[in-house]
Formats: sequence, C-alpha cells, structure tokens
Amino acid sequence: MSSKALDYESLNENVKKVQYAVRGELYLRASELEKEGKKIIFTNVGNPHALGQKPLTFPRQVVALCQAPFLLDDSNVSLLFPADAIARAKHYLSYTSGGLGAYSDSRGLLEIRKEVADFIGRRDGYPSDPELIYLTDGASKGVMQLLNAIIRGQGDGILVPVPQYPLYSAAIALFGGSFVPYYLEETANWGLSAADLGQSVAQARAKGITVRAMVIINPGNPTGQCLSEANLRDILQFCYQENLVLLGDEVYQQNIYQDERPFISAKKVLMDMGGPISRELQLVSFHTVSKGYWGECGQRGGYFEMTNIPSRSVEEIYKVASISLSPNVPAQIFMGLMVNPPKPGDISYDQFVRESKGILESLRRRARIMTDGFNSCMNVVCNFTEGAMYSFPQIRLPPRAIEDAKKAGKAADVFYCLKLLEATGISTVPGSGFGQKEGVFHLRTTILPAEEDMLEIMESFKKFNNEFMEQYEDHPGYPRM
Amino acid sequence: MQNFSVVSSFPLKPACTFTIPKYIVKFPPLRLCSRLHTSSLTSSTMDPSPLTIDTINPKVLKCEYAVRGEVVTIAQRLQQELKDNPGSHPFEEILYCNIGNPQSLGQHPITFFREVLALCDHPFLLDKSEISCLFSADSIRRAQKILGLIPGKATGAYSHSQGIKGLREAIAAGIEARDGFPSNPDDIFLTDGASPGVHMMMRLLIRSESDGLLCPIPQYPLYSASIALHGGTLVPYYLNEATGWGLDISELKKQLHAARSNGMSVRALVVINPGNPTGQVLTEENQKQIVEFCKKEGLIILADEVYQANVYVPEKQFHSFKKVARSMGYGEKEISIVSFHSVSKGFYGECGKRGGYYEVTGFSADIRAQIYKLASVNLCSNIAGQILASLIMNPPKAGDDSYESYLAERDGILSSLARRAKTLEDAFNSLEGVTCNKAEGAMYLFPQIYLPEKAIKAAAAAKTAPDAFYCKRLLNATGIVVVPGTGFGQVPGTWHFRCTVLPQEEKIPAVVSRLSEFHEDFMNQFRD
Repeated sequence: MSSKALDYESLNENVKKVQYAVRGELYLRASELEKEGKKIIFTNVGNPHALGQKPLTFPRQVVALCQAPFLLDDSNVSLLFPADAIARAKHYLSYTSGGLGAYSDSRGLLEIRKEVADFIGRRDGYPSDPELIYLTDGASKGVMQLLNAIIRGQGDGILVPVPQYPLYSAAIALFGGSFVPYYLEETANWGLSAADLGQSVAQARAKGITVRAMVIINPGNPTGQCLSEANLRDILQFCYQENLVLLGDEVYQQNIYQDERPFISAKKVLMDMGGPISRELQLVSFHTVSKGYWGECGQRGGYFEMTNIPSRSVEEIYKVASISLSPNVPAQIFMGLMVNPPKPGDISYDQFVRESKGILESLRRRARIMTDGFNSCMNVVCNFTEGAMYSFPQIRLPPRAIEDAKKAGKAADVFYCLKLLEATGISTVPGSGFGQKEGVFHLRTTILPAEEDMLEIMESFKKFNNEFMEQYEDHPGYPRM
Repeated sequence: MQNFSVVSSFPLKPACTFTIPKYIVKFPPLRLCSRLHTSSLTSSTMDPSPLTIDTINPKVLKCEYAVRGEVVTIAQRLQQELKDNPGSHPFEEILYCNIGNPQSLGQHPITFFREVLALCDHPFLLDKSEISCLFSADSIRRAQKILGLIPGKATGAYSHSQGIKGLREAIAAGIEARDGFPSNPDDIFLTDGASPGVHMMMRLLIRSESDGLLCPIPQYPLYSASIALHGGTLVPYYLNEATGWGLDISELKKQLHAARSNGMSVRALVVINPGNPTGQVLTEENQKQIVEFCKKEGLIILADEVYQANVYVPEKQFHSFKKVARSMGYGEKEISIVSFHSVSKGFYGECGKRGGYYEVTGFSADIRAQIYKLASVNLCSNIAGQILASLIMNPPKAGDDSYESYLAERDGILSSLARRAKTLEDAFNSLEGVTCNKAEGAMYLFPQIYLPEKAIKAAAAAKTAPDAFYCKRLLNATGIVVVPGTGFGQVPGTWHFRCTVLPQEEKIPAVVSRLSEFHEDFMNQFRD
C-alpha cells in the first residue's frame, strides 16, 4: 500500500488545532517520571479523589445497592446499609425501567430531572422545567453539545474569558469556530472589564465574525473569582444587547471560600431582572457531580439547563442527544443524590453533613494556605482562590530564564513548570494552557493535596523557586513584585 | 512523545497588545460599568435570536436518528395517555421493540458483574465479614484485584484518558484469548459506550464533504448521523437481501469507484458484524475478501463488533476483523483497523452503564497522539463502565466460584434470544407479503413488507414514508413500537421495519398474534 488512508497530513485540520494543556505536555512528562519511580503530586487537574479525598458515604451506599438489586432482597442487607440508603436505592430503581442497565430517556430519567428542577427552584427561588434539563456524561459533553449546535463555521465566534478552562478553546477549535477572548483583569481580582468585553466584540465583528455566545465560568477556572450579582446583571444585559447566548459554567458553585460573594446563579439574576430580558435572553447553565465537595469525577455526571431556548432548537438538541442514546444511569443517580441529599432527621444526615462540611472547611483552609504560600515568594503574586479548586499564581520570570526557555524551544512558563516538576514532583499546568497576557506567566495548581501535605508542598515549591531565581536572577536580592 | 505546541500568549490576541502595568494599582472589587453604550459598538446584521432553527448549525439539522425518532415520540405520548386514561387504546401497554435495550424489557443482568461493580462502588464493604453472605467469593477477589489496579483505589477519580491501564491490560488479554493474536493495551481507548469512539473516528477522518465513508445499507443510523454531523458524505454499499444480506465485494468496488470518479476521497469502510439491523454474521471468507479489498484500496476498516457475543446459528462464528487480517499475515504496516466493542449488547446488555472501547491498530504515532489528545479533552470515560468492559472481556473461568451460575445465566439468555429470533422470524415470514431473513446474530429482525399501491398512496396523503405509515398504524393498533426501514436505508422502492427480538419470551406469542391480526387488517384495507 503506497500511502496510508490516514496520515498526519490528511487528518481533519480542526483536530490538529485542538490543544488541551490540562493533560498535555506537563502531564505526559509527569506520567513518564512516575513510571520511572519518581513520586509525583498531580495538581494538574481538579480530581479530588485522586489526592486522597474520600467519597461521601451515602451516595456510594445507594449506588452500590442499585448496582446489585439482589442485595435488597436479602435480609442481611440491613447489617451493611442504613435504612435510608436502602429506601433511596429502591426509589431510584423504581424510576428506571429495568434498573441501571437500561438506556434511560436520552435526556436522563425524568424523576431525576425533576429532582434537579426542584433543587434549582429551591436554590434560585424560581421554578425550573425538568423538560429543559438534560443530564449528560459529565458537564463537558453538555458544553460540547451546545457549542456544536451554535457554531456553524469560522464565521461564528464565542466569547471566552482569558484565562479560561481550555475545554472551551478546544471545543471551538474542534467545531471550526472562532475563539473571541475577553481578558479578565488580574490586578482587579480577575474582574471583568466592561470596556474590554465591548472591545473584544467590536474587534471580532470588524473581522467579519458573528459573535454568537459568551462563556462565563463562575466560580472561575483557573482564576477562582466569584462574580457578584452586579457583575452578573451587567453580563446578562450585555448578552441581551449584543444578542448572545450566555453559557454559564457553574460547576464550582459548591466551592466557595469567602463570604463576601456567595454563589448566585446566572438564572436567578436573570429572573430577578424581570421584564423582557428574563423572557428572551438565552441562557444555558452547566453543573456536575465532579466538583463541589462531591468530587465524583470518575462517574461522569452532569447536566445543563436551558432557559429561553426556542422549542425547535431544543428539539434539535434532543435529536443530537438521542444519537448517543442516554447518559450513564449510575451518574444520573449521583446527580439526583447531589441535588437531593439527606435531610435533617434522615439516618444518614449527620454523617453526610459531617463529611461534607469537613471537606469544604478543609478546602477553605487549603485555599488560604496555598495563596499565602505563593504570596510569600518575592517573585510571585497570587489572587486569593475565592472559589473553585485552583490557585493561579503569577510568576515573574527573569529575562535569562525566558531566554533559556526559548533556547529549549519552550514557552517560559512551560520551562518553569517542567523544572518545578523535575525538582519537586509537583505537576502543574503552565498558564499558557489557559491563556494570559503577553509576557505574563502563571501556573495553575489545585488546592486539592491533602491538608497535612500542604505545608510541605508549599515549602518544596518555595525551595525550588528560590533556587530557580538564584540561578537566573541578575541581581541577587531581587525586588518584590 | 508528541510535543504539543504550547503558546506563550493566547492564539487569538486582540489587535492591541496589553502592556504590563509598571505599577500595581489596587482596584476595589470591580463592578462593570452600569451602562454599556450600544451605539459605540459596531453592529453587524444581528440575528433575531442567537440560537434559533435558522441559526443552529446546519449539520445538526441535517442529521437524523430514527431509533429514537418520530414513531417513538408518538409511542411515548400514547404511553402517557394509557397511564392517564387506562383503556383509551386497544392495547394495555406499549411494547418498545425499537431499540436494543434488553434490560428495559426484563432481561436480568449477569450477577457476577453486578457483584463486582457494587463492591467497587462501595469498597468499604470489602472490610466487612458480613459480605461473604451476600457476595460470591470470586466477586470479592475480583473487586479487590480491580481496585488494586486503580491508583488510590479511587473509583471517583478521573483515570488515564485511555482508561485505567490495568483494565486495558485485562481487555487486551481478553482480545488475545479470543483471537489468538496479541493485543496492545496502549491501542485501547475506553469510552462511554461504543458510540463516542465512532464519533471520534469521524472527527479525525472528515475534513469536508469530499471525504466519504463507505457504509452498509441498511446500517445502524449512528453512522449516517455521525457522518452528517461531521460534514462528510456517506457512500452506500448495498447488502444483498436475496442472499441473506450478503456483502458482495463487487458492490463495494462499484460504489468505491463511482464515488472516486465523482472526486470523493473515500477514507474508510464501515462494517457491522454481526449486522445491525440485518443480523447476518459474515463468513470468514467474506471477511478475508473485505480485508484484501481495504488493503488494496487504502481504506481504514471501521469494524463495529458490538454484537460479537450474539451469534445464534451453529454454522456461523464471530471472527474479529483484526484476527482475520492477522491470520492473512497482515500487520500494522499493511492495514489500519479500528474495532469497536460495547457492554450494551451480548448477553450482558448493560446499555445504561455506557461502557465500551475501541482498539486502534495500524496508525502512526502522530495519529495516535491526536486520538489521545481528543480523548483527553473529555478527561476520561466513566469508571464503572471501564470496569464492566474489563469484566466482559475477562469473565469467570472454569473453576471460579461463579463460573457455573455465570454460564447458566449466559446460556439461558443466549438460547432464549435465539429462540425468540426464530419465533419472530417465522412469524414475519408467515405474514402476507412479508419476507424476513434469518437473524444469525445481533438483536434484530428486518423484515421486508410489500406495501400495496393503495397503502403507498395513503402514506403520501398522510405526508409520511410508506414504511413509517405502516409502523405508525401498527403502533396505534397494537402498542408495538418498531422503527421504519427508512431510518436504516434500504433499496429504493422496498420497505422494511426493524423489530428487536427482546420482548420477554412469555410475551412473544401475544406479540405475534397482535401483529398478525394487525397485518391482516392492514392488508384487508389496502390490498390491491
């Protein structure tokens, strides 16, 4: 055979354009080193259970019972499972036609979508329609489905915050759309700049791009900032004026580490605004079981809720969902349990609260430890992690380091992160993977390592950073940033 | 290892570069300006609303998927009506024979698999002595073994993007035991069901409408839908109904050359074996011809082998395409093959778990890196599905505690499926104007119905395809849900529908009699 049917040249160009640094170069290098026997601390991805966080007990009990319904018929089951877990399992099984092994409705089991709708209603104070809630195999699949529906070609642009979680840039590249950045202002706690939003849109339009949608990530990833109600109002107003679908990535809504800005959903603010905007502004909101204090990444459970999307568009979205038949049923149950957890008076309530609070309070403490640790370094400035799971310190790199990086054919932050990895085993993601202003460098790490390991990890980082700066800094005793 | 190019500044920078402030100005938490002046923004022609039927991606509009299409939507409505108002229809229940969803129609899961999954979901149980009353000893050992393969025993963590290494090794071992040829765990990608793997390959292969994929007609409409969604062109090759849905190489050649002479770049051949909806199992000879053809023409083989455990006739056997190719002496340099498998079918029927994998062989390292990269964007497939995939490829063996009961469950299900397939096949063949090929494998029957001219006219008047007309009538009269042949493709002018063999065995006689009664009435009404 003269030439292969599929070689690099004949690959779909859009696939080649896709980049996803979270499991890119640094992660691959870290995996190599791990194989060689080096101890690696994987802080490249928001994957709590991989760093020792235990699953919540109650949901695992319920799902295990659903997996093996024969247990429910056995009198010994109450020796091993509390009565409320048994009851919940029976309940969920009754919603299915055939248990966990049957394809459900392509949107997910109706009863669970109702649980999600009830949760949204309680959270926001406005009713939610289960028919407009689609359960998905993780929030990412939902994001991809919506972007695929929106993007017709290169002429369609999507406004995405920079820095961003690179699912967005990857999906836009894959679907052949245009990435329209709006820069978050680091010196203003990663705030949105109204002028910049408008400017980004204007520039895109000047290039002939039709801006179709705007992504917000709230709480932010990698930046961690929580949007205020006023921020959200302005964003909603902006989208309404500019005729954009708002895509609200709210997967970190349970991860809030300060009290000044609790989580408010985009939908709530929209409904509060009332009037025509609340009936017309198109909004899709995303959530997941992977984050929060649940951290059940491996289940691949998520949903999206559509607001003001015309019914014919919903039908098309349904059609595409139906091609994949149904989201995985165990994860649907995790979602149901997450939005409808044990209540006061339930047997498992105390344990559930204890476990949840323990995780959240620890995350709050770790957010502080990490931020402070980074800020104690002369060449590092780090905004506080108000929410989500990450720390995104800015690292000033001396010119000679940048030069060395260039010689090695690497971006400066990649160079730094690789050296950090080799020296300490800490596997981070260079800021270039998320986007940053020209000449400004960051890295993203998670706040997920076990609390007892945190101080040691920060010490390890500081030691490396000091040595790096000693090596590359021209003037010893460098000035503080 | 592929060096992903990482850029220091973001690909789409705005025209003006931002300069780093020389001094840090601490702003209070930023509020957006209270009013944006729309007049200051350039407004191009604004779509009336960002996501409407007029502005949605046209490829989404173009794709179709009849398995959960129109007839099913009507069925759901009828089901609700029955619930709200019992007796409102001439049948007691809706019988969904539209979809290969065995457990929704009463098929039981394999006990051993569920035992292992439950223990992996809640490993706390493994420390309890009481579990020996509830779980088989080998399921406990297997769960412990599997958890040992997972870093930190954390089933709630994202795994390696190809799936947990130890599980891929188990699957590779299972493939090797099945085929007699080695399988590399690094060639395996675990996915949320087989379907995402198919989408992945379409994504890689389709650059434009000029890229064609050879697909069998009739086909499982995932292929047509996925090709449409990714903007490619489906190049049909017709299976021969007269010869039990035979795959003729002459037909392949004809279609390939026609497509090429139209300027199309045909990249791959989709082959579904055992077939869906057609149910035929390819002979080894036929498979060798196909391999030879693809090798000669430089086509990738996309081998959908999800029904490999569903073979009902003693004269046929499943052979994987990889095995056939290797037995011909063709290795990775000679032929590219992607093999798809799933936990949804077979005798395990675990559709709701979304477990599956694809095995890629014969691709260069840089292509493999691209496949990995795409897989990584979704991080990983669900862990329980991964575990299940490893279980189906590595089930209880002779001597294991669960072996006997596993065999009994497996053979019970398979023999029942074979009986139901035969009963329904005979039933269809006994209907006036209906011929039905044998289901040698898979889960479906695809009878051809002769529709009289009067029926065709009535269908046209109802603005519906003739086979859809028949299926809707069938549904309204009997509550039985099948999928019109148009959804799968058929020789123009012929009409079919796809019916699963999955209703419980005790219900089959009622299905047969209701169907026969309906058909007789239909023919009485529309006979020429």
